[in-house]
Amino acid sequence: MKRTGVALSIYALAAYLFLHLPLLILSIFSFNQSRFTVWEGFSLRWYAAALHDSQLTEAASNSLIIAIFATAAATIIGTLAAYGLWKRSSPALSGSLYLSLVTPEIVTGISLLAFYQWIFRFLRVQLGMHTVILAHVSFSIAFVVIVVLARLRSMDRQLEEAALDLGANEWQAFRHVTLPVIRPGVVAAALLAFTVSFDDYVITSLVAGVNSETLPMVIYAIARRGANPVLNAISAMIVIGFGALILISERLRAR
Amino acid sequence: MNRLRAWFLAPSWAVMLLLFLAPLAIICAYSFETRGAYGGISLPWTTESYQRLADPIYLAILWRSFWIAGLATLLCLLFGFPLALFISRSAERKNLYLSLVILPFWTSFLVRTYAWMFLLRDTGLINTLLQKLGLIHDPLPLLYNDGAVVLGLVYSYLPFVVLPLYATIERLDPNLLEAAADLGARPLATLTRVVLPLTAPGIRAGAILTFIPCLGAYLTPDLLGGGKSVMIGNLIQNQFTSARDWPFGSAISLALMAIVMALLMLFARRDPEGLV
Repeated sequence: MKRTGVALSIYALAAYLFLHLPLLILSIFSFNQSRFTVWEGFSLRWYAAALHDSQLTEAASNSLIIAIFATAAATIIGTLAAYGLWKRSSPALSGSLYLSLVTPEIVTGISLLAFYQWIFRFLRVQLGMHTVILAHVSFSIAFVVIVVLARLRSMDRQLEEAALDLGANEWQAFRHVTLPVIRPGVVAAALLAFTVSFDDYVITSLVAGVNSETLPMVIYAIARRGANPVLNAISAMIVIGFGALILISERLRAR
Repeated sequence: MNRLRAWFLAPSWAVMLLLFLAPLAIICAYSFETRGAYGGISLPWTTESYQRLADPIYLAILWRSFWIAGLATLLCLLFGFPLALFISRSAERKNLYLSLVILPFWTSFLVRTYAWMFLLRDTGLINTLLQKLGLIHDPLPLLYNDGAVVLGLVYSYLPFVVLPLYATIERLDPNLLEAAADLGARPLATLTRVVLPLTAPGIRAGAILTFIPCLGAYLTPDLLGGGKSVMIGNLIQNQFTSARDWPFGSAISLALMAIVMALLMLFARRDPEGLV
């Protein structure tokens, strides 16, 4: 028993190294002086290069704008839906949300592209930031609903009943009793929506227009071209940025 | 309550109908139309696109996708099970160990895939190291093959397997394991005849959670497989971009959706705590 315990621990260490070493090595090499994969000393030159590349900074700001708008909309719409579903289930709505979650991204992307092209026959609009934001709202709602619904299910239903008994109307009970209780869940859901929006490549690349290139699209283009230490620096910054978001969300969850 | 609830559900219904179900309906219609002269859609209605799916070339791609996704799922289960066992057995730092599994899932999928390109390519870290050590002369072709795709999928979806496995192992009564040992079962017999049957729901959930995204994977085969490792996802993308055959691309998409839904109906038990 003891021996299997030791073997299991060694195995777990190897598994954790497999999960974390690739990003760690990538981050370390982002500080490499050399352009090649040979360590030649510490340098911030790739970070400077990344921050001075106008294509990159523009794409990053596009991604940020898209993620902020999409997160705000998806969080509000998703939280309301979760509350409604918690009150009484709706197999049709949860079924479509579930379907949107399991649909392969490439299928979601091309169907949205086909839909937009069809709409554009009647409206004088083009692909751009707005089409990307709408797409992101649509695929992040299901994530928000799952997280908020989990929080609602751990809440005592009697809290709201008490509020209603004490004379609050339904909106007041939601606004002043339920919403404060589920707030950590809502914030966690918003962070999740933000990360899936900021990170999406497959759907975004299909529905983006000429002036709405996002950071993942630029990263993809650079990765396709091959070796580039600037990409290591961007990757490290994204890893750290996402890491900070998770820390915040964990703090909120623990509260 | 019903009025307020209706208002609360209305926005998500609107988004789902307009931006998810309507687009699906459109590609459903497109899949029965004919490819236009300039790559668009035109009449007449036909089932030709679906008939083309039976072409051996496309069946081969479908088969490959099943094979790669199946292998990745199997490896995820094999590597994930001991890890889930380790986490459930660790007394104190359970939450830390669990977070360490989930953490990479929260980091950018694209960046994680790129990290493997950085390690595996001809001038990447592994080949550079091996050459420095004098173990190899020419770089090994580690990137742009099926092996790299499977590796990337296992790396990306391992957390999807560990979480449900951990949840079922955690519910396992330790007394049962002791009873098996007391009755003379060797560790291997305990594993195959007590642990595996009792954790079957977790294994099934983990397998389906991994297999479905792997089957529809686009980015991993595209970046780690290069042009060579084509899966269904890449075939669909190709029909909508360079091949400009929207009816056929739509038909493949719907076939993929049908496979995914059939798998879910067959294997995913309705989870009372889940969304549905």
